[in-house]
Amino acid sequence: MKCTVCREPAVIDIRRHNAYFCPDHFLRLCRDQTEKAIKDHQMFGPDDRVLVAVSGGKDSLAVWDILLELGYRADGFVIGLGIGDYSAASTQHARDYATGRGATLLEVNLPDEYGYDIPSGSKAARRTPCSACGLTKRHLFDKAAVDGGYDVVVTGHNLDDEAAVLFGNVLHWHTEYLGRQSPVLPARAGLPRKAKPLIRLGEREMAAYCVLKGIDYIVEECPMAAGNRHLQYKESLNSVEARSPGAKFDFYHRFLTAAAPAFRIADEDDTLSRCERCGAPCSAEVCAFCRLVERATTPQPVHLGPRRRRGAANTATTTDRSTAEGHAP
Amino acid sequence: MKIQLRNPRRDVDMPGPLRVDVILRRLDIERETVLVIIDGTLVPGDALVPDDATVEVRPVISGGMA
Repeated sequence: MKCTVCREPAVIDIRRHNAYFCPDHFLRLCRDQTEKAIKDHQMFGPDDRVLVAVSGGKDSLAVWDILLELGYRADGFVIGLGIGDYSAASTQHARDYATGRGATLLEVNLPDEYGYDIPSGSKAARRTPCSACGLTKRHLFDKAAVDGGYDVVVTGHNLDDEAAVLFGNVLHWHTEYLGRQSPVLPARAGLPRKAKPLIRLGEREMAAYCVLKGIDYIVEECPMAAGNRHLQYKESLNSVEARSPGAKFDFYHRFLTAAAPAFRIADEDDTLSRCERCGAPCSAEVCAFCRLVERATTPQPVHLGPRRRRGAANTATTTDRSTAEGHAP
Repeated sequence: MKIQLRNPRRDVDMPGPLRVDVILRRLDIERETVLVIIDGTLVPGDALVPDDATVEVRPVISGGMA
């Protein structure tokens, strides 16, 4: 098949565009779609300092590369999450990209600087790994942006990610989350602006972008994410997309224009106070991240000796829970 | 041809030549969820893969939030 634009041999087909592309025109499409998203949603301008949340995966490395290609002042920020070999490998991919591109990469290592990793920390804090990971990343990205004087945090969320989140929110009618699901969130009360410039591009396109640009990303899936709900939603949407190309794009982008305004909530700046430990904006005395750190780094009691009878065990569980809650502020 | 799959990593042998979309259909893999790479080069769905080729079928779906 030939490139729809120039008739040179094509390397990729995009069914929702009913088009084939050669390498040059595909890479141009990725840059153009990213620029269009940035301008349409007024995400940031050429003078803004951009901090890209980098994981070492295809999406974050692709968005970083596209922003640099478009001339934006973009630095990267990677967090060592302590998920065994996976974290070590993904951090190395981010370092290798930054070195090869001559770009600036900031780093934080969670076990070294905060005393926990995602696998053990999530267990101690009784959160799912993805929940603990998301909370940790959001807090540390915000902190790095504010400390470093960046104007905006950019993430590699793509069309598939946003459509899957929307699918989950609609499925359960999480109206509060629907009100917050936006490609750009304005800065407020000590929180940086956040933007998602890849909302017009699918994850297959992002993987293809990396292959064509020679960007070596971590292909393996995070071992903690296997079987999570987000993946199930993506699978369902891909089944629909296979029969109706363009359905995912319409689902998400028509939500933004036709439905999202109805769910918007009033500005909550006034309701935010400061965490009494770290100073981050939050709606309680102590922010969720500091509570997570405390639980993740507090030694957990270990029960030794023979198993107790059922009634006794229930009592012990209740007592343990009270003790755990007692540590929480 | 030798077909390399991931998650989990495994190899599958299939007699060629075959079109990419036929290979994926036989493997019951949705086109939207993978890239097909031969000798480091991306190939579209209608590409004909020779019998002596080594084909990488690379998944593109990620489960975390970027």
